Amino acid sequence: MARRAAIVATGQTHHRSIRRDVNGQEIINEAVTRCLEDGELTIDDIDAVVIGNMDHFEGINYVDCWSVDGSGGFMKPTMKLTTGGTTGSTLAIAGYHMVASGAFDKVLVIGWEKNSESDTTGAINTAFDPIWDRPFFAGAIAGLAVTAQSYMDMYGATPKDAARVSVRDRRHACLNPHAHLRKEVTIEEVLASPMLADPVCLLDMCPRTDGACAVVYAAEGIAEKLCPQPAWVLGVASRHMYSYVSDADFSGGALFSMARASQELYRKVGIKEPLKEIDVIELYQPFSWAGLIWIEDMGLAKKGEGPRLVWDGVTDLGGALPINPSGGVISTNCIGATALIRSAEIALQIQGKAGDRQVPDVNLGVATGFGGCLWTDTLAYGKKKPE
Amino acid sequence: MSNVWESVEPRVYESQIKVPYAWQAGETASRFLLTLKNEKKFLGKKCPKCAKVLMPPRKVCPYCFVETGDWVDVSDEGVIETFTVARRDTGIMPLKPPFVYAVIRLDGADTGLVHLLGEIEPGAVRAGMRVKAVFAEERTGKILDVEHFKPV
Ligand SMILES: [Zn+2]
Repeated sequence: MARRAAIVATGQTHHRSIRRDVNGQEIINEAVTRCLEDGELTIDDIDAVVIGNMDHFEGINYVDCWSVDGSGGFMKPTMKLTTGGTTGSTLAIAGYHMVASGAFDKVLVIGWEKNSESDTTGAINTAFDPIWDRPFFAGAIAGLAVTAQSYMDMYGATPKDAARVSVRDRRHACLNPHAHLRKEVTIEEVLASPMLADPVCLLDMCPRTDGACAVVYAAEGIAEKLCPQPAWVLGVASRHMYSYVSDADFSGGALFSMARASQELYRKVGIKEPLKEIDVIELYQPFSWAGLIWIEDMGLAKKGEGPRLVWDGVTDLGGALPINPSGGVISTNCIGATALIRSAEIALQIQGKAGDRQVPDVNLGVATGFGGCLWTDTLAYGKKKPE
Repeated sequence: MSNVWESVEPRVYESQIKVPYAWQAGETASRFLLTLKNEKKFLGKKCPKCAKVLMPPRKVCPYCFVETGDWVDVSDEGVIETFTVARRDTGIMPLKPPFVYAVIRLDGADTGLVHLLGEIEPGAVRAGMRVKAVFAEERTGKILDVEHFKPV
């Protein structure tokens, strides 16, 4: 039986489009320092470090070594993980597994990106197969747009439905001092913003952000002493998919890895009615359409009924199941940190430390990660230590 | 952060990584690409376990994790599964935007192929449309030996 583990401390930078005042190691250090302060810890308390970012985004391959000034990994077991968009959730799952296995008591997990330092599309291109996919690669946006097109074709959803998701997340972001884009928008403004790849407009899309996030996972017996309210890991589930973009079944735009990972997560945690039982979700939602389609894959609404849930205000702050109170990915996207921020924000919600974006009385929160050829991670956190 | 730059100006170190690669397509993809070049024909590989015809062809079925078996002919006509109109130039695109990028399922195949659409207005494209491969005059044994797919 694995040990229980919990998040006991979190730290984030104030995310921006470009941070000229700090280099890569320094932006990492900012998040780590804030995390250690949050947990009233010092670097000597940390037993191991796991760090991650996107391959090629900063052009630095041995990030585990290079980042030691920032991470505090000097003379500690330190490793780098990178899995594309899911890097942050892979980091979280790895940190959890390292503690749950009994190998380490306190693991520092760091996700970061200085997205401003290179050409995002050029760098992402290197993730795709050179013979079959790369000759056609039109950027991450086009790859997502084809799923939105399928969803529209099958269920009759409209760009206005997607715009409502963007309006929600951008409104929430105004309550989060760490968020990068903090400006409310209207549905009309979203629909009038430039078309990037049909049917996806500029204001439907996530930005590129400089930022970092750090989290400490600690073992049961230690977590309770370090922290008045640990955010206990209740379960994690991960599903990878295809080699090639065209392998995906695009009918209806569904994200099958999300459906499978959610089902496994619910089984592990004992969730029977996700819409009723989950108190808050931080969804890795790189564009607004995912906020319609993927909540169906998560079992929160029937196929084609995601838009109604969103229009009814259920997923707004103040609704029955708020999604992305932090403002989500379309407000802040420092990619290697993005999926880790989802876990950090859920931890803040459970600890009651989320400030103006706090959802009242959170007992159960879910964080997700999304990446590459349409794969998904899901993590559930709770207020009570699991049995 | 506001007054950081009063006494120092930001230095930005510009650079570029340039690394040449020579990717081996392997025997399976090479046979497909040479048939495309020489005979203007698409070939798929059939999985002996799930019976799916994989096109692009694979040596191993990703669903069953067994070696694929027989080569099978796949039509140069098929149906648009989904598509988008790429409108913003990302600098690494195969064509100048706007252009249509589609996932096409050729008749006889069970997996899709990412390719380009041509000879049609972007606004007129619909999922479910039937399309046919248009081959380049000069072919060199790569997937862009098919210039694009056009409506039938
Ligand atoms: Zn098979």
